[in-house]
Amino acid sequence: MNPWPFVSAAYALTGLGAAGIAWVSWRAMRRAERAAEALRRR
Amino acid sequence: MPIFHALANPARFQKLARPLTPLCFWAGVALALFGCWAGLTRTPADYLQGETVRILYIHVPCAWLGMGGWSALALASIAYLVWRHPLAAVAARAIAAPGALFAGLCLVTGSIWGRPTWGTWWQWDGRLTSMLLLFFVYIAYIALSRADAERGGDGRIPALFGVAGTILLPVIRYSVIWWNTLHQGQSIGLTGSTIAPSMLWPLWFTLSGFSLFFAGLVLMRMRAMLARQKVEARMRRMAAV
Repeated sequence: MNPWPFVSAAYALTGLGAAGIAWVSWRAMRRAERAAEALRRR
Repeated sequence: MPIFHALANPARFQKLARPLTPLCFWAGVALALFGCWAGLTRTPADYLQGETVRILYIHVPCAWLGMGGWSALALASIAYLVWRHPLAAVAARAIAAPGALFAGLCLVTGSIWGRPTWGTWWQWDGRLTSMLLLFFVYIAYIALSRADAERGGDGRIPALFGVAGTILLPVIRYSVIWWNTLHQGQSIGLTGSTIAPSMLWPLWFTLSGFSLFFAGLVLMRMRAMLARQKVEARMRRMAAV
């Protein structure tokens, strides 16, 4: 059995999962902090 | 302990979190990428498992973060129950989603590793089943803390659930000793490792890299929650005037 498709799939899924949660967390942080800053200036 | 009480002030925490977030995140990404590259290209194949053993460099950090994440969530829950620090409840809620993701990734990468090694994607053995239970417990915690926040609860019920969930951690840890499982026994302990040093070294990079990345994620999520709380408090004040 060729092991590389299994190794590649494991690394790709981990990379996608990590990148996905990083993107969602960063966007939520930026949005929330911008909203707080805009409200503070009002 | 006084340092934790000092950090429990949200303003002080945010001042510290602002430079720490990109530092933890990017240092984590760099270390994890280097560890993965070294694990894929700079280590020998295993004499039994061949190239498949390279899944080790991501599977072990995912397992470590799935279990370590719950330990941190439980500690934050205890801090909330004992000292009523609101930041502790925010920390516990911020840990839950990344912890669930890494517990899920541990199951998926383990399943992918199991197919060429054991000849099966899944086996209901002690280690795999207890890790799956931890994943479900994470999902239950996320649902419970959301419901509690929506109903204006004080966060005590999710905190109690966070502490109660720790019962799974020794079960996962000792499952390979208590039951005759398909999963291999413990190969890395406090006193040493049964893995050859020539294969082990990239794992320290991925372990520290994933941990720093996780810390960066938790800081981001805590900052988002604190900013949302600030907006809600301000809106309430404005509505009251």
